[in-house]
Order: sequence, then structure tokens, then C-alpha cells
Amino acid sequence: MLRAQGHEEAPAGAWGQVPQAPWGQAVVDAALARLVDQVQTARAANGHLRIVGGATKDFLGNALQGERLDVRPLAGISSYEPTELVVTARAGTSVAELEATLAERGQLLAFEPPRLGPSSTVGGMVAAGLSGPARAVAGSVRDHLLGATLLNGRGEVLSFGGQVMKNVAGYDVSRVLAGSLGILGVICEVSLKVLPAPTASATLRFECDQASALKRLNAWGGEPLPLSASACWNDTLVLRLAGARTAVDAASRQLGGEAIAPAQAAAFWRGLRDQDDEFFVSAAAAIDAGSALWRLGVAQTAAPITLPGEQLVEWGGAQRWLCTSAPAAAVREAAAAAGGHATLYRGGDKRAGAFHPLSAPLARLHRELKRAFDPDRVFNRGRLYAEL
Amino acid sequence: MNVPPPPAPTSDAAVRGERQRAVVAALAAVLPPHALLWQSEDTVPYECDGLTAYRQRPLVVALPETEAQVSGLLRACHALGVPVVARGAGTGLSGGALPNALGVTLALAKFNRIVKLDKASRTAVVQCGVRNLAISEAAAPLGLYYAPDPSSQIACTIGGNVAENAGGVHCLKYGLTLHNVLKVRGFTVEGEAVEFGSDALDAAGLDLLALVVGSEGMLAVITEVTVKLVPKPRLARCIMASFDDIRKAGDAVAAIIAAGIIPAGLEMLDKPMTAAVEDFVHAGYDLDAAAILLCESDGTPEEVAEEIERMRAVLAGSGATRLQVSENEAQRLKFWSGRKNAFPASGRISPDYMCMDSTIPRKRLADILLAIGQMEKKYGLRCCNVFHAGDGNLHPLILFDGADADQLHRAELFGADILETSVAMGGTVTGEHGVGVEKLSSMCVQFSPAELEQMLALKQAFDAAGTLNPGKVIPSLVRCAEYGKMHVKKGLLPFPQLERF
Repeated sequence: MLRAQGHEEAPAGAWGQVPQAPWGQAVVDAALARLVDQVQTARAANGHLRIVGGATKDFLGNALQGERLDVRPLAGISSYEPTELVVTARAGTSVAELEATLAERGQLLAFEPPRLGPSSTVGGMVAAGLSGPARAVAGSVRDHLLGATLLNGRGEVLSFGGQVMKNVAGYDVSRVLAGSLGILGVICEVSLKVLPAPTASATLRFECDQASALKRLNAWGGEPLPLSASACWNDTLVLRLAGARTAVDAASRQLGGEAIAPAQAAAFWRGLRDQDDEFFVSAAAAIDAGSALWRLGVAQTAAPITLPGEQLVEWGGAQRWLCTSAPAAAVREAAAAAGGHATLYRGGDKRAGAFHPLSAPLARLHRELKRAFDPDRVFNRGRLYAEL
Repeated sequence: MNVPPPPAPTSDAAVRGERQRAVVAALAAVLPPHALLWQSEDTVPYECDGLTAYRQRPLVVALPETEAQVSGLLRACHALGVPVVARGAGTGLSGGALPNALGVTLALAKFNRIVKLDKASRTAVVQCGVRNLAISEAAAPLGLYYAPDPSSQIACTIGGNVAENAGGVHCLKYGLTLHNVLKVRGFTVEGEAVEFGSDALDAAGLDLLALVVGSEGMLAVITEVTVKLVPKPRLARCIMASFDDIRKAGDAVAAIIAAGIIPAGLEMLDKPMTAAVEDFVHAGYDLDAAAILLCESDGTPEEVAEEIERMRAVLAGSGATRLQVSENEAQRLKFWSGRKNAFPASGRISPDYMCMDSTIPRKRLADILLAIGQMEKKYGLRCCNVFHAGDGNLHPLILFDGADADQLHRAELFGADILETSVAMGGTVTGEHGVGVEKLSSMCVQFSPAELEQMLALKQAFDAAGTLNPGKVIPSLVRCAEYGKMHVKKGLLPFPQLERF
């Protein structure tokens, strides 16, 4: 890990290639060394740091505290093996660059991470743990994370996981970094499972209210259909199928609905993924007028949330966006009743915490884990929960 | 493969007896009398798991029937500072459930109820002692099944699958246990009820579910699991392809992936393994092949037809010497019968075998098989190989006679050599069987002292006193120093360079 592009993994012993010293390695070494130095300095001075990549998700979680620690100098794809289905990239690599590299070989990040701006970085993508429309079918960022190199609060550079699909050696530390919002340390480099792009896809539109959309989605989910993504808003259900051409065609015939032209469909799913679709545009306006945008993770079969405001349902019913002026307590109560949790995503008053409160044993485990990785609370203090 | 640490001082029978009386007295207050075993004739059946080379008699075996009893037991043991080793069906292959000589083995076999099956949400809520295959059998009338299928699936329990993050032959397409579990319910070492994950696809805060899955019973005791069920594919077909050269077979695997195909299963058997299984199942395997690939497609009939044609073309183009496509379900199962029976077939040709479980990048497949061939000569022992080729997970079966101490010793060295060569090739010491006690020393080769210290700190965060399944998974730094092999740097910077800044 943490080698310059085109450089073989550098195992010791008879089986490794003799490591060359490409010029890029010196740049990587220096960038990492500066990060370590900044952490050691901050720690010695009892200071704290906020980890920054492309700064496209500064809004996520609680208020930012501390001096900037910019991971962008630690950039570049370290290795990419299309036939291994694995790519390793340093934290400061832009998501756009990573995806373009994969696309050259007909591959992609199956969890469709939202790109909330052109400067989105790989480190931020993992730390935020957000996944896009395909999540219910393809899995999340965490599901595709195979390994990570972490700079912890003691200034140590540690590698966990690896570059292979199956790996149960030791605790799965790399996966817990997905969605950790940087509270355990600086994600320096990650290895991700990548997948071939589906050979065919189709998008279908149905007119139906949310309750019947949820019923249909959960019924279809139980059938061997090539489902890929779903979205329901304003009494319209949009469904994406993806897979082998024959399977997509057969499912389209079976499900009916109105076929959406490929270009229009692609634009719709991209907007949904990058959260600049019509729903999110009107949510932004509503936030300016005092509403808040909530992301609710709930059981896929949970009944429609009966709070006032616009709703967008994704992930076969498991993700519900709610733009509302309802009090936080009411939203959290509704999410809990639906088997899940609510995140105050944008707008609203985050002083009471952006994330759903934890049960007592989980809160204790969070405190202990923070202590285990970052004993002096150097990183992203309070960003996930106030006491961390 | 490493010799386990020396047993705790059991020789002091008086101390052991006194401790046993104290533990039995404390547990008698929370468990009914029939749920508590401590006479040696009762505890001997628990002295090992699937890794039978290592045995240890537990101080006490407890078989609770309710969550309240589990909680009470954990509270009592925590108060006394007594180690607790949770155990499912005992099919684990790395000694993860090896008892502690001065501890309680918490046998969870009585938690064997399927609590809920729900077609709409495609989930099952099951107690930890439910067998893996029993979930799929119960879900079959709904047209659903539980995807991870370790080869012990008839016997192994979902609790053990969660503890080991078990895999199987369909992982490449359907994922590991982690990818198929939504929520686990259980208890902290202090006996406090806790839930990881949720009924949603994610949960608030850190993703502790991802940590608990695969933690080999060292972070919490799991009593109930919510698993995802997936629709049963309408059809599955399998191609059996022969190759006259291992390297060609390895290249064929890469070519399939490069063609954008994710097979439902992609397995390889080498020539000695093929001979052993053919002698056992008589499935008509090609005994002349240097390697056999099993390549499966599942989905709708249209999808399968399309994919099988693409796979066949790639395999033929990669130099397959013989290609057979299953024409019906009976034939498909016949193709698989040899692979599924690789372990018992090895048991027939040798008094004992050790199954290794390392993972390597797929491209190193031929390299590792050739290296293992050299090790056979070096250690004077035979080895058969089955391989989850799709995800790089290798299962070499080292054949030896356990009655011969020198053979056992050589088998252990052989095993460690395979694991450490795998790490050097950019892989890992265990893909799905877990570290347990078996691979403790090899962990020193895969991880640096600082990385091991970080994992020990993580363990402490969950279990400050270190009484949940102590001595497993993470080796102490002292042990690593004694083992004396170098940590293989994973391409990281040599640390001295950093000190310039």
C-alpha cells in the first residue's frame, strides 16, 4: 500500500518483485510524512485537527472543529488490477479521476458514491460512508472496502485488510472506517472492490402513491429480477433494471410501466446520485425557508412516514429523504418506529446532534473505540457525536 | 499452522478444583442444574472444535436456554474474572472455540429457533444456534434462501458464521456473512444486552456490526441474527473445464473476470485433489487434467443461457482441453459433488489432513501452486489443493499421519510456509476460516507490532479485562518476538524515513 502508480506490491522474500524507486514514490512519502508530522505536532500541543479532502461534505455531521489537515497532497491511484477487481487509491485522489480510470476498463464503483462536487475525494467518500441509488442491491461503501491504511491519533501509520476479497485476518478495522467521519484517524489509502459495468440497463416509470410503490418494490425484491435502483417521489415510481441484456428485456416486459429513454434515464439517476435532482433542488429552497432535510434509514417494508413535508424514497424503501419543518424529536421517533434511525442531513439546528442518539452500551463502545484509536481526541472532535 | 500457546497451569489440580467449585456455585445461581456440566466425562466432548489437533478440557460447560441466562452467566463470569468461550456447532477449522482450561465454554446449541421469516422484507430472524442450511430450508417455500454456504453448512450455526465471517463457494457474487447480515443481538462481556446494525440497511454511528462480524467471539456474545434472504435463482448451470496446465487455468480465471463476468461460483481443483474426489464420488472428473475449473452461472433462463455462452467462449479461448456444461440439475450437482466432498475425500486417502485457508491475488494462483509443489518436497508431505478461484481463497489440504509426531511438526511448518508465502504474494493468512489459535504466529508476519497493538486496543475497548475468548486471533508482541519472523511490509513506508521530519 501507499506506493506510487504502476508500482508492484512490494512483498518481501522470493516471491516479490524487486521494488524500483519510481519518482512518484518520493512525493507520496513526503506527503505522508507531512501528515504524520502535523498529527504529532497537534498532539504535542494538545491541539486538534479537522481532516479535509475536497470539502464537499463539510455540511455532514456536527460542526467542524480544529485546524485543517488537508489530505489532498496524498493523491493518486497506487495500483489497479482490473482482473483482480481491485483498485487501491490514496485518500486525496478525486473520485472523478478514480471513476474515469475504472471506466477505461469497463468497471465502476457499484455503490455509486454521491459526488457532491467535482473535488470529492476518495478519502472523503469512505469517511462519509454515503452510497447512491444502487445501494440496496449492490451494497454500500463499506461492503466494497477491502483494506485501508490509517494514520491514527498516536501518529502511527497502520494497514488493515488488504487487496483480496476474502480476508478474515484480525479485526476488520478497515470497514469500520467507512462512515466514521474521520474520528478514528486519517484514512490515507483504501483498496476497493470494483465491478464490471452491467451490459444492459433499462428504466421504467409507474404512476402510483408511496404506499403501493413500497408494496410493489418489496414484492419485486423477492423475485429473481435484475433490479438495480428505485426512487419514488410525488406519486411516481422509477425503477432501474441492470444486468444481462436478455434478463433486462425479459424483466421490462414482465413489469410493464413506461420505458424512459436512456439519455433521460441516465440524467435522472445521476441527479439522484449526486443529490442535485429536482427533489434536492426544492429541498435546498425549503431549507432556506426554515425546513430541514433528513435522511432516514428504515426497514424496507416500513409504512410511509406520516410527517409533513416532501419525501423521496430510495433503496427499495430503506432510505427515505424527508424535507420537513417537523421537530427533530418527531422525526427521530418516526425513524425509530420504522426500525431505523434519522440523520439531520442539511439545514435545521444541529446543536442537539446531527446523528441519531445511541443506546447506552453503544455510546460507551464508541467512547472506548475513540480512546483506542485517538486517545487525545486529535481528529474531528465532536463531528460524529459531541463526546467523541 | 502454529502450535498453540502452552496450556494454563492445569497441573495444579487443587487450584483448578477450587476455581471450578467457585464457578459452578456462581453459575448455579443463574442456570438450571441440567445446563451446567463440569464432570470430565461430560466436558470432554467440548475439548476441541473442527481443528482436532488442539484440545483443552474446559473448566465448566454451560448450556443456557434463555437470553436472561446468558446475561446472568456473563455477569457472573465477569465478576469472577473467568474467561468465557462461546461455541456453536464446533465445526470451526482454526480453533476459535478451543476451550480455556480455566474458563467456561458457553455452548449456545439450545438457541436453535427460527424466530421469524418475512417474505416482504426478505429477512429471517434466527437464534444463533440455528444451522446455516436450516435457514435456506425454512425460506425455500418463500422462494428465498440465505446465500453464504460454507461447506460445513449442514452442521455449522449462524452464530459461528457471524463469529468467523464465513464464506462459501458463492462469495464472489453474493458476498460473505458480513454482506448478508443486517443486525445481531447479543451481550457485552459484562452481560449487558446490545444490538449491532438495525432493520435498516445502515445504523447510526460507527459501523460496529462490521467489527463484530468476524471477531471470533472476542468482542461480544451473539444470540440472535437478522439475515438477508435473496430470491432463489430460477436456474443454475455449471461448466466443468479441464486444463493441461495450471497456469492456463489461472489465466482462464482472470480472462473470465476481464470479460466482465462475475460467475456465481468459480472453483478449481488440482490433479491430486481431482484423483482423491473422483475415487470418492465417481462423478466422471477428468483424471488427466492438471486442473479442473467449475464455473457456474445463475439467474433467469435467458440470463444463464447468455452467460454460459460467454463463459464457454472464454474458457475455450484460454485453452481448455475439455468442456462440459450441465444439462440438468442432477448433472450440475454431480459436477459439484467432488468439490463439496474435497475434505472427506482427503480424509480417505490420509490418516489426517490440515486444511489451510490463505487468500492471494488471483494472478498469483499458478505461482502459489508451484510453490506448494516445492514445499511438498521440502517437508516430505503430500498436498491436495481446492481453490475458491473466483475470490483467490486457497484451501491446500496437507496430508499427514498425526500418530507420527514428526509428520505433525512438518505439517505445521508446511502450513505456516503456505500462509507466509501467501502474505508475501500480497494476500492474507485466512480468507474465511479465521485465525483462532491456529494462525496466531502467522499474524505476526502479516501485521506490524503497531497494527497488532491497535487491534489489542480495539479488543480492550470491548472487553477491558480480556475475558472473552482470550488468547485468540491477535498474538501478543512477546509471541511474535519469539516466533522471530519478519513482518512483511505491505508496501508501506519504512518508518525510519519518517523520523527525518
